[in-house]
Amino acid sequence: MGLNRQTLAGLIVIACLMAVPFAAPLLGGNYVVTLATRVVILAIAASSLDLLLGRGGLVSFGHAAYFGLGGYVVGIAGFHLANDVPIFGWAGSNEALVVWPLAMLVSGFAALIIGALSLRTAGVYFIMITLAFAQMIYFVFVALKYYGGDDGLSLSARNLFAGERVTNPATFYWISLGALGLCLLVQWRLVASRFGMALRGAASSERRMAALGFSVYGYRLAAFVIAGMMAGLAGALWANLNRFVSPDMMGWVRSGQFMVMVIMGGVSSLFGPIIGAAAFLLIEIALSGRTEHWQVIFGPFVLLVALFAPRGIWGLIRAKGEP
Amino acid sequence: MTAALTLTGLTKSFGALRATDNVTLSVEANERHAIIGPNGAGKSTLIGQITGEIRPDAGRIAFFGADITGWSVPKRALAGLGRSFQITQLCADFSALDNVALAVQAQQGHSWRFLRAAQSDASLRAPAMEALARVGLAARAQTRVDALSHGERRQLELAAALAMNPRLLVLDEPMAGMGPQESERMIGILQALRGKVTMLLVEHDMDAVFALADRISVLVNGALLTTGDPAAVRSDPAVRAAYLGGEA
Ligand SMILES: Nc1ncnc2c1ncn2[C@@H]1O[C@H](COP(=O)(O)OP(=O)(O)O)[C@@H](O)[C@H]1O
Ligand SMILES: [Mg+2]
Repeated sequence: MGLNRQTLAGLIVIACLMAVPFAAPLLGGNYVVTLATRVVILAIAASSLDLLLGRGGLVSFGHAAYFGLGGYVVGIAGFHLANDVPIFGWAGSNEALVVWPLAMLVSGFAALIIGALSLRTAGVYFIMITLAFAQMIYFVFVALKYYGGDDGLSLSARNLFAGERVTNPATFYWISLGALGLCLLVQWRLVASRFGMALRGAASSERRMAALGFSVYGYRLAAFVIAGMMAGLAGALWANLNRFVSPDMMGWVRSGQFMVMVIMGGVSSLFGPIIGAAAFLLIEIALSGRTEHWQVIFGPFVLLVALFAPRGIWGLIRAKGEP
Repeated sequence: MTAALTLTGLTKSFGALRATDNVTLSVEANERHAIIGPNGAGKSTLIGQITGEIRPDAGRIAFFGADITGWSVPKRALAGLGRSFQITQLCADFSALDNVALAVQAQQGHSWRFLRAAQSDASLRAPAMEALARVGLAARAQTRVDALSHGERRQLELAAALAMNPRLLVLDEPMAGMGPQESERMIGILQALRGKVTMLLVEHDMDAVFALADRISVLVNGALLTTGDPAAVRSDPAVRAAYLGGEA
């Protein structure tokens, strides 16, 4: 295959991500590391959405629900531990290696239920029903006054990682980057596997796949659960980064932002969502410094990208005819 | 011996229109059976009911003795019913080879594999290449579908159906939209399948039908006018009046 443009660009992205902690002292210290951590965590969520949006052709408009649920698992486990009130006989936990997998399980389970119901519909109905489920979960957490309701929950400290405190921003960055690396590795293998071929084939022509003997529902549901689990992990990291969770994590605005990141970065690509997440955050910072109504400028900008670069920023890197 | 396919009293209406009107028909194993009829006669609707995309209002469909009337499209496909579409239905952003490999993958029934790369899996590639070679597309294996010509896509549809190792091959106008040369080539490919696969063929091109079919059924306004061997159908006055006109 040689070194094509996509591989080269991918290596550059990886090199840049790895260089952040080393270059940070020259660029602005912890601020830059924290910004990069936000990019990395949002990239995990965006790339998990791309498994549905790009590879599966499934326009899920409620992806923030799994992100928010993952965050709330961290928040609630910390809340019970800090207040010394057990939940279902469990004291709660502050250990990442316990709480983060639990966040993935909870988000994956929610994705299983929501996916099982919404994948029976298609087109606009699918978009609406995934949005409706996410909004339902959002309002449940707004109403849950015990866990802070609208105001959310603050964490007294980050989760311990294998018993160690993680106070250094660079350490937390490396942990987040490791999580992103794992998620991308899983996606990379998944997309090329038989399962991936079935999922992508169904996005391309459902009629053809049925005629060949594929019942696509099961593959789509599995993709939904995997994507939900990855988004849950991103949510758990996000809660740790900010030491705060609130229902805004799972609102439709967040879901829309994830979609924008995927589309702007480039659908059906491994690195597109990373570039999309970075571009989104940088544009947000640049515009929100100038005006409170930055989204008014950002909206048309996204539209222009969609019109002139339908395959996003990564699509400009991808040479013609390359997969 | 049980027939490959038996339709009994099949009926389907779209509103007031009877697109399939009490059709009873059987396709014997190893037979090549053609369905002809004017545009709008209900040929594609009949095919749709056989493959499972359309639910009949009444009647039964038996496939090698098993009643498949209530079966889903994928279940019928896995039971050995391979088909091509009148209007090409392929995964446009996949290569020709990937399209056929999907057919092999479905047959092997192992799509719950998450880690190994499908595109370097010889147990998928080899049979897929073989099917491509059978339709003369081996040289185009790596070409994306949206870069193939119309005729090549029709051939690819056939290759995918063949890769399913079908017990019955259902082809809806495989020569549709092809030039004379491409048609001739396709007829050659289908002729080479004689005795190897049972075929139900819908076709407009009369030369193709008379060259390929062992038996012909004539459909008019959704109803079966007659079934017989090519010579009998050609000389049937009712068929001439209803359809063939001066053509035959
Ligand atoms: N989904 C549908 N809804 C309504 N009418 C249909 C539908 N599909 C086919 N028809 C009508 O049924 C008749 C038979 O169509 P079709 O089976 O496509 O004919 P053929 O393939 O022989 O040309 C036509 O009059 C067509 O307009
Ligand atoms: Mg037709």
